[in-house]
Amino acid sequence: MLKKEDKIFKNLYNNHGWELDKAIKRDDWKNTKEIISKGKEWIINEIKTSELRGRGGAGFSTGMKWSFAPKKIGSRPHYLVINADESEPGTCKDRDILRFEPQKLIEGCLIAGFAVGAHVCYIYIRGEYSFEGQRLQEAINQAYKKNFLGKNACGSSWDFDIHIHYGAGAYICGEETALLESIEGNKGQPRLKPPFPALVGLYGCPTIVNNVETIAVVPTILRRGGKWFASLGRPKNTGTKIFCISGNVNSPCNVEEEMGIPLKELINTYAGGVIGGWDNLQAVIPGGSSMPLLPKKICETIKMDFDSLVENKSGLGTAGIVVINKDQDIVSCMARIARFYKHESCGQCTPCREGSGWMWRILNRATKGETTLSDIDLLEDVTKQIEGHTICAFGEGSSWPVQGLLKHFRKEIDKKCSNDPLIKKKKDVPYLVDQHLLEKKNA
Amino acid sequence: MSLKKVHSEQPKNFEFNVKFKSVAEEILKKYPEKNKKSAVMPFLYLAQKQNDNWIPLAAIKYISKYLSMPYISVYEVATFYSMFNLSPVGKYFIQICTTTPCLIRGADKIVKVCKQKISEKENQISKNGECSWTEVECLGACVNAPMMQINNDYYEDLDEKSTSKIIDSIFKDEILKPGSYRGRKNTSPEDANTINGSENA
Ligand SMILES: Cc1cc2nc3c(=O)[nH]c(=O)nc-3n(C[C@H](O)[C@H](O)[C@H](O)COP(=O)(O)O)c2cc1C
Ligand code: SF4
Ligand code: FES
Repeated sequence: MLKKEDKIFKNLYNNHGWELDKAIKRDDWKNTKEIISKGKEWIINEIKTSELRGRGGAGFSTGMKWSFAPKKIGSRPHYLVINADESEPGTCKDRDILRFEPQKLIEGCLIAGFAVGAHVCYIYIRGEYSFEGQRLQEAINQAYKKNFLGKNACGSSWDFDIHIHYGAGAYICGEETALLESIEGNKGQPRLKPPFPALVGLYGCPTIVNNVETIAVVPTILRRGGKWFASLGRPKNTGTKIFCISGNVNSPCNVEEEMGIPLKELINTYAGGVIGGWDNLQAVIPGGSSMPLLPKKICETIKMDFDSLVENKSGLGTAGIVVINKDQDIVSCMARIARFYKHESCGQCTPCREGSGWMWRILNRATKGETTLSDIDLLEDVTKQIEGHTICAFGEGSSWPVQGLLKHFRKEIDKKCSNDPLIKKKKDVPYLVDQHLLEKKNA
Repeated sequence: MSLKKVHSEQPKNFEFNVKFKSVAEEILKKYPEKNKKSAVMPFLYLAQKQNDNWIPLAAIKYISKYLSMPYISVYEVATFYSMFNLSPVGKYFIQICTTTPCLIRGADKIVKVCKQKISEKENQISKNGECSWTEVECLGACVNAPMMQINNDYYEDLDEKSTSKIIDSIFKDEILKPGSYRGRKNTSPEDANTINGSENA
């Protein structure tokens, strides 16, 4: 279990106050000038030593990403963009950082901005977080007042400004290139990569996009050393992580713990256990809705870090843990997730736009027991046709959960899908392409 | 993508009021001079705020002129994002999250209460004209499920009883406070017996 002194977010529940003076008591802004004076190379190397991986879902090495920014600032300015769009179902960690630990984020922005050569930073907050946005703005204003931001920020001789930009209710704007489109004043539709934002990003300029949690841990890492961070967890899966435990547990909560903590320990120690006892556990979505679910058997032993979850054909994603107990109908839980993806697809790629609708309709009929066995093969086929055939990772995010369901809960679905093929049935089940089969009976 | 219905009755003209005009000028300063198009979303928010929480077509036209954008580009943005309302909503606009983490903790019960107390159908304004509700996707407060948003505020850890009380308070125009309705502190574990309790973040 994580030692108290190793926790980075000491004010996660706002027991100690969010204001700048309180944050300074928790060592924020302690020796920022000194850290910056050690130079870009040192900062990026220290982050590489810490083996910090992005907390926004993909788990890409942060030090490496920063090193992709051009070394010299050319004719185009560099930008730092913070992804605070947090819309992945099951995830609500960035919200606590924005409202209770804003100075960690702001200080992190200054340091990261300096390291990648950016004088301007945009923080993209989901529109619904209007309270959190106002809170962050207050915190930014407090930092400006102390000259921690602005010209010669914090005495570092680096000029640095932070602006907040609100989203307006579109999950896809969490995808980094859709987010950039959105800031530019367009519909939030992802761009083809390459070019990657590090070279061609916001307004066509080099841009580094990072998650809120990723940036908020940076000052503490530099203060205590990359080696300290790397000593937590295991190689390539280091440091601490905020886990969000929701769903059928007795005491849902957010908690910061060491990377690699066993899932069972996390649920039992912090979330008061599964409702109805551990044996009542059916499945867990380990990393936000895009990650395939894990059946109980795997939950017994799984460790919560990037690589352990990948080995088990899932992923840590955003570490939004959704616990589903046996009182729930697993098919309808996943049908609702499919509806989410149908609603949120940006509509650019046909496989994603149409496929997400297909998955939802089939699963929805399955929950009502109106599917035939061949529908299930169709469902599997649809997921395969989406995966790998789209512009952005939303395609995988929508098809993987369904694949996880098919892999681990085939029996539950089959039970619901014992209908004969539609053509033999009297019951009218109207839906899209099979409509003509119904009409045949009059022919 | 969200479905958008454009309101049948539209005001002829729209213009930011004096206060919002200066807010708009402040917003423009955030973005590089040649990228003032970036202000389109903040401007749509302003228009929505000025016009009782919905955006008339005249405002879209006004903004497109203001930012030298084609009308259709602004229209595209206004229809792409679910938080821009193109037809009127209640003075109290209730958004209930019904995505899986909220659903398995009883979001459907919250919806039921709203149906009974406010209006049978989503987006239908209640008889007294005060209130409307809609289902939305995850609002990013999943460990406080089930939850709903009323205008800008989050109401968390709800059940049927507390939802009823909150809606009654709306009808009296004395809305109750946002936050957790099980009395816990933010996202901390409620159960004091859990090893960490609520003290150690
Ligand atoms: C559909 C989709 C939604 C995403 N949503 C978010 C999000 O809400 N917040 C976030 O930080 N990253 C999100 N990401 C990941 C970002 O694209 C990007 O990888 C991340 O912001 C990089 O930051 P990191 O390296 O610090 O993790 C999303 C990705 C996809 C494909
Ligand atoms: S995969 Fe889906 S969300 Fe991503 S660009 Fe294509 S249509 Fe849009
Ligand atoms: S699922 Fe309801 S807030 Fe996330």
